[in-house]
Amino acid sequence: MKQPSRILLGLFCLLVAVWLVAPTIVVVPMSFNDKKSLAFPPSGFSWQWYQNFFTNPEWSASLVGSLKVAVVTAVFATVIGTLAAFGLDRMKSRVSGVLRALLITPMVVPGVVLAVGIYAVYLDTQLVGTMTGFVLAHTMLAVPFVIIAVSASLEVFDKRLETAAASLGATRLTAFRTVTFPLIVPGILSGLLFAFVTSFDEIIVALFITSPYLKTLPVQIFSSITRDADPTVAAVGTLLFITTSLVIGAGLLIGSRQGKR
Amino acid sequence: MASPSTRGAAIDLKSVSKHYGSFVALDKVSLHIEPGEFMTLLGPSGSGKTTTLNVIAGFTEVSSGSLDVGGKSVIGVPAHKRNIGVVFQHYALFPHMTVSRNVAYPLTLRGIANPDREARVRKALDMVKMADFGHRFPSELSGGQQQRVALARAIVFDPPLLLMDEPLGALDKKLREWLQLEIKRIHRELGTTFVYVTHDQEEALVLSDRIAVFNQGRIEQIGTGRQLYDEPETLFVGKFVGDSTILRGAASASGDETAIDIAGRKVATAKRLTDGAIPVMLLRPEKLSLARRGKGGQDRNTLPGRIGEAIYLGSGSKYEVVLADASKAIVRSTLDAETFAIGDEVDLVFAASDAKLLADDENADFTLT
Repeated sequence: MKQPSRILLGLFCLLVAVWLVAPTIVVVPMSFNDKKSLAFPPSGFSWQWYQNFFTNPEWSASLVGSLKVAVVTAVFATVIGTLAAFGLDRMKSRVSGVLRALLITPMVVPGVVLAVGIYAVYLDTQLVGTMTGFVLAHTMLAVPFVIIAVSASLEVFDKRLETAAASLGATRLTAFRTVTFPLIVPGILSGLLFAFVTSFDEIIVALFITSPYLKTLPVQIFSSITRDADPTVAAVGTLLFITTSLVIGAGLLIGSRQGKR
Repeated sequence: MASPSTRGAAIDLKSVSKHYGSFVALDKVSLHIEPGEFMTLLGPSGSGKTTTLNVIAGFTEVSSGSLDVGGKSVIGVPAHKRNIGVVFQHYALFPHMTVSRNVAYPLTLRGIANPDREARVRKALDMVKMADFGHRFPSELSGGQQQRVALARAIVFDPPLLLMDEPLGALDKKLREWLQLEIKRIHRELGTTFVYVTHDQEEALVLSDRIAVFNQGRIEQIGTGRQLYDEPETLFVGKFVGDSTILRGAASASGDETAIDIAGRKVATAKRLTDGAIPVMLLRPEKLSLARRGKGGQDRNTLPGRIGEAIYLGSGSKYEVVLADASKAIVRSTLDAETFAIGDEVDLVFAASDAKLLADDENADFTLT
């Protein structure tokens, strides 16, 4: 390849990379601002917003609330989604296509529409602001992501391995446990991750069904930013950024080590 | 391990049929396989040979008929309870397990604990000459190595019956020929009944005690390789097993003699036929010889033709002779025989007793995949 075109390509890639990462990076210096303002660049350095995040009960309670909802949602959505994906995969009838489309709808219906519907039902059933309410709503939103992730790994799974396992003496359950499951685990794990993030990130439905007793982190961020320009939001953003980077980095590291096996 | 002679299971299929809607995959197939026998199911794709194997393995339920393995009916018995080893064309090794764990899998399921399990895995891997590969993953092995591991996994639990579904189909010719000999050796050492599916007639001849030739869901003929080659009962078998030349003509009987009109010549037959019958004459390449036109002699049948193709094979030559009625004959000759060039006018010479007379069968036309 000619040298100039290579340099041009490199510059373009760099530009795209900066464009993708810049909004996230900008938040980091903002979180160390010494004044109560979201100005960029910040005028001085301080740790006070981090301190505020960990000491202010409003913030820590919302973080705990979010984690609880997201963990329970991820577990439920992963179990339901995996079973659904498996069932759809093994269904011989043409109904499976219709069912799949039906199960995916929460992903394509506008969030506000769902939120209004959920809110209306929750008002009558006293589910507003409850853990059960959040988990039910978020599980519904997360199941499609699990179905898609698990279906993708079932797609490439060689079903003939189950036949082979049967010939070697495995019941259908044993074959699933020892052969199918270990081979689709990557899909299930990515479904789990998607489900967790879907719930942890969710704001629209949460805004409708939140209450002073149960607030999720996105709701807290939103209300904080609408009330006053509190750089604690930037501190939260930075913490989330670092945490997710570490998780993804660890995932990549484990993945590459398995690849070398 | 029991002694070889008692280890194989007999298989008895009686009038087994399998329908998929209106499609008949198996049509009243009856087949008896002796304990310890090497039986090959041979046929083109879609002939029912693999369906038969799947029925024996328990992967496919029969629509009607009876199936006994080792003297007991296995109709309705699920595959995992049949204790039958199966080797697949696509290896079907578990990619997330090492070679050792793959081979140990059926033993673990049978609750065989470790000193014993390890010893049996080692023994099975030794038998297929893969003992040094126990810690590898299937993805790190070649196709031939993977298939040997799959074979070890299918025999490690001492099944009385081993089914193989085109196990060498995905391998190249050299490797295939070597593995055929390996499979033969393992069959001899184990004494297990082997049922082997292939569409490769040469492979069937190399391996088998007996061969069942399948066509359109039925068995055309069951016999040793020699029987199928020398005494084909149907035109399909004659064409499928070995090279053959097919000549067609109407029979005319006069007294004790029957002759067939082929390409304008009267050809004497060894068998008596009714006047006007239209049989097919099947000739094996080594039963045919060539002579320059008019030098064929009088005591044998001669048919005039022209050399259409001459192929040098190293060990001899192969000729395609075009006869007057445009039918083609395949002739194989040895190195010391007279050689011919394309376009040479020749006589096709053969003895009446070497020609097989068979009923014409339009189903005998098949295509190989």
